[in-house]
Amino acid sequence: MNDNHEVEAIIDKHGAKRDSLISMLQDIQTVYHYLPQEALETVASRVGLPMIQVYGVATFFRSFTLTPRGRHIIKVCLGTACHVRGAARVLDRMELTLGVKRESTTDDQRFTLETVNCVGCCALGPMVIIDDDYHGQVSSDKVGSLLANYE
Amino acid sequence: MILWVEMNRLNSVQEFEELRKSIVDSRDPNKLRIAICAGSGCLAYGCVPLVAAFRDEVDKQGIQDRVEVRATGCPGFCERGALLTIFPQGIFYQRVKIEDVPEIITETILEGRIIDRLLYVDPASGEKSVKEADVPFYRKQHRLLLGVNNKIDPNSIEDYLANGGYSALAKALLQMSSDSIIDEIKRSGLRGRGGGGFPAGSKWESCRNAPSSNGVRYVICNADEGDPGAYMDRSLLEGNPHGVIEGMMIGAYAIASSEGYVYVRHEYPLAVQNLGIALEQARAYGLLGKNILGSGFDFDINISRGGGAFICGESTALMASLEGKIGEPRAKHIHTVESGLNGKPSNLNNVETWANVPMIINKGADWYSQIGTEGSKGTKVFSLVGKINNTGLVEVPMGMTLREIVYDIGGGVPNGKRFKAVQTGGPSGGCIPEGLLDLPVDFDRLKEAGSIMGSGGMIVMDEDTCMVDVAKYFVRFLTEESCGKCTPCREGLDRMLDILTDVTEGKATLDDIELLEELGNVIKDTSLCALGGTAPNPVLSTLRYFRDEYEAHIREHRCPAGVCKALITFTIDEEACTGCGVCARQCPQEAISGEKKQPYVIDQGLCIKCGLCQESCKFDAVIVS
Repeated sequence: MNDNHEVEAIIDKHGAKRDSLISMLQDIQTVYHYLPQEALETVASRVGLPMIQVYGVATFFRSFTLTPRGRHIIKVCLGTACHVRGAARVLDRMELTLGVKRESTTDDQRFTLETVNCVGCCALGPMVIIDDDYHGQVSSDKVGSLLANYE
Repeated sequence: MILWVEMNRLNSVQEFEELRKSIVDSRDPNKLRIAICAGSGCLAYGCVPLVAAFRDEVDKQGIQDRVEVRATGCPGFCERGALLTIFPQGIFYQRVKIEDVPEIITETILEGRIIDRLLYVDPASGEKSVKEADVPFYRKQHRLLLGVNNKIDPNSIEDYLANGGYSALAKALLQMSSDSIIDEIKRSGLRGRGGGGFPAGSKWESCRNAPSSNGVRYVICNADEGDPGAYMDRSLLEGNPHGVIEGMMIGAYAIASSEGYVYVRHEYPLAVQNLGIALEQARAYGLLGKNILGSGFDFDINISRGGGAFICGESTALMASLEGKIGEPRAKHIHTVESGLNGKPSNLNNVETWANVPMIINKGADWYSQIGTEGSKGTKVFSLVGKINNTGLVEVPMGMTLREIVYDIGGGVPNGKRFKAVQTGGPSGGCIPEGLLDLPVDFDRLKEAGSIMGSGGMIVMDEDTCMVDVAKYFVRFLTEESCGKCTPCREGLDRMLDILTDVTEGKATLDDIELLEELGNVIKDTSLCALGGTAPNPVLSTLRYFRDEYEAHIREHRCPAGVCKALITFTIDEEACTGCGVCARQCPQEAISGEKKQPYVIDQGLCIKCGLCQESCKFDAVIVS
């Protein structure tokens, strides 16, 4: 995080109010792809909240992350429909291929492996979403060729 | 998009009716309309380039005057996407690809010929259906809500108005009092579609009657659809956002609220986008804002995106999250209708409940209450998913049997496998076995069977689904989603997961089953909120109907469905193996060896049971036992 202008602008847009805290953090994460500590500190001081409360919200909700993420975000859907169609095997294969566990990032910052509880594309399960691309009917033997498309 | 009239603020119901008339009059009823599903499901099938290809082709042929290409909401038959309907004839094409576009335009649009290849063929009878209404998937449905989805462009308020939109609002503002609206909703028998099934009219009445020091009351739409495998609310918000807005406005007018919120799941970007556009359009016409249609009623709606916490579907947690706090629920000695968001009376209903409101106001409680069963009125949208031929969203009258839904509409279980169970109600629900397939589906019958209606997820399971694994799946889900505030839920679920893990690894004893039941009942009785209070349901219901599977894991160290890794082995059937070597190349452990054209062998010491060999074998030669 080089400068604070963007964070300040986001806070200004929402009026530095407590009830906009989640929206502010969402917008900050959209810019930085994670929540930098300095940004959380800025939010806390501008809204007039103790840091612990901002930190609490930032760590309570699944969609927030406090660590930088990779160039490509992989989301393996673990919804029930995908689960009964073998999503666990797809996730196992992802972990094995990437050499990282779920909710973490590869050393080369190429991929962050995440899971999601249903994206509502149940007809196409198991679903894997990489960045904004929806991939349906992914089986574990297709994982390698799928990842090869993302540098 | 062509705007038929300049967006002018409407100052009276009369101006509103004139606007609707001018929109309807300006439209040629004989103009052909190609409606392409642009819901999230069909996005995955590539509907965006498909819509663009149709528009290009229509331009190329110079037939814009005769044909309109419309990106619509989801008609529900997700299994067969991308979906396309041609109006006014109602010709229904499925599994449409970009390559089909020129042919559809030249053959069907210009020449009026049906393309056989794109029609739905019933696998059971071999019968082809030309029209949507004739497809077996749709024939038994009663699509009061979903039926609108492919008739309108969700980003066009004019489409909604031309289809009779906001007429219920006009009727409510002009002809009805708060009392008469609440009375109508009460008499309709509408119950909340979010899970609890609480009578909506009574909730509205309590909220209106609750004292508020400064007169502030909130109406909130719960669109935090968190049950995995359930996506009907997303489809309604994406496909017909004005329907939800109109329902909320009528509710707000009835309970004297001037501010509303839609709390929507962040995993639903298209729903957020379409709702945002719809709100802007409604504001531009003065349908939201101050003095709506000159009635003196002020109302507006804010969108709040959720942070991805399942617990925020719970009313008090949702309201805490709206206040910018951690989404922890509180004890409900005081209901949210009295003290909810910011301590003010707050009326929360989910998307589907709000979407039902306009038609109840338009057609009346007497009409609505004829549909459904004694205790559950109207229709219910289910997402029928899992091991089912016709995956999709189905809307049926309350009281239809599970058998009709799974077999007549859903087309049964694929690949000739045997049906085992259907899971309803998401992580708070339960699994219903084959013996109860004739159960009429409504709020009360499902509860008697040990499950719940929930928001409407219906996950079909077959003989290859391990019920212990399913119970473990839901408990793991809830362990991760428990907010941690109360001990029974936070610690109890962890211990249940430990026991279930032991069962799936063959390390449990029969005493553990009793312990699971005891623990489950304690969590049910002592948890703070409904998440904990219903969390043991998947375990208790599978113990009730599938105890034999638990016992097989414990006594025989065997997973009958061949799912639980610790209890299964992969071997290669010598007869079926052709020696092609694909499995050996796929195996990450190099555990498979053999000579070309000779049967291969798996080294059990190296095998990590990832199942890649089984998935890659084209000859079904890899056996799980």
